[in-house]
Amino acid sequence: MNKFIKRNYAGLMVFSLGIAFIAVGVYRVEIGTVFMKAAAICLECIGIG
Amino acid sequence: MELIHKLRKNIRLVVQICFTALTNGYINGYLQGTIYRGTGKKFCVPGLNCYSCPGAVGACPIGSLQAVLNSSQYKFSFYIIGFLMAVGAFFGRFVCGWLCPFGLVQDLLHKIPGVRKIRKVPGDRYLKYLKYVVLIVFVIVLPLTIVNVAGGGTPWFCKLICPAGTLLGGIPLTILNPTLRSGLGFLFSWKVLVLIIIVVLSIKIYRPFCRYLCPLGAAYSLFNPIALYRFEIDKDTCTGCRACQKACPMDLPVHETPNSMECIRCGKCLKSCKNHSLKSTFSRQNAEKGKED
Repeated sequence: MNKFIKRNYAGLMVFSLGIAFIAVGVYRVEIGTVFMKAAAICLECIGIG
Repeated sequence: MELIHKLRKNIRLVVQICFTALTNGYINGYLQGTIYRGTGKKFCVPGLNCYSCPGAVGACPIGSLQAVLNSSQYKFSFYIIGFLMAVGAFFGRFVCGWLCPFGLVQDLLHKIPGVRKIRKVPGDRYLKYLKYVVLIVFVIVLPLTIVNVAGGGTPWFCKLICPAGTLLGGIPLTILNPTLRSGLGFLFSWKVLVLIIIVVLSIKIYRPFCRYLCPLGAAYSLFNPIALYRFEIDKDTCTGCRACQKACPMDLPVHETPNSMECIRCGKCLKSCKNHSLKSTFSRQNAEKGKED
């Protein structure tokens, strides 16, 4: 286990920080902004707006 | 048995097709000319998958990042950046090689025979940095800085460049939905032109969009050198024969830089190495070596 952590220290740190960032984003209700955009037809994305 | 053997031989293609079907499985969208509006749209899928695709059940990370940066409430997205960090740190560009629907499209186009393929693209050493310019300018700076009076902005990458949005969202929706069809204009023509150029290039060059334009690939590439899934080379057994580079569709010197930012982890180099010098960190040999140590 120690060997695994030592060999993958940087990746594990970034992964953990990523999970922490996701938690902060959920706390800030960014997920609502994502949902509002993704659940409506994006006219710019399809080449209309 | 023969079917299983064939499936194992083409495991990457099987995974690509299954994952694309899974993340674009909302059949009702295709039947009614609309999109899925359920809870799944709160969550990002790892690949470049337009959320306006009729079948899409999740959100595109690049589109979502622009949406949050566009909003007047937030000028940084912890949720999306955290998602990119977590997925990137675990998989690196494995997502590009195995899970991205538009990557699958390019792979299938490149299989079209009868056209001379270009392996070494002129200017590749400079062009590969263009995707980072696209990421910084079109995905981050423009959505943050060009805003209307209400403080809202535009997803500039999605609007002007993204061929996945045109192919998977724009074309199906405008075919299925007459109301949307009536709104077509110059922007749609521009986006179709961009798509056609990428389609034609994909037949001749392996993965041109991933190499030179994809901002999601640019983001994941930053994590390739440190991702939990990466490649390792045993310098004691490597003879420098370059079989790995010859097998690599991106023409990368794998024996020198096994974790290049351009590597999409297709795994062809792993199979090509006669001395078994090249392994992934998740391989059985590496797991046994870890136990011995």
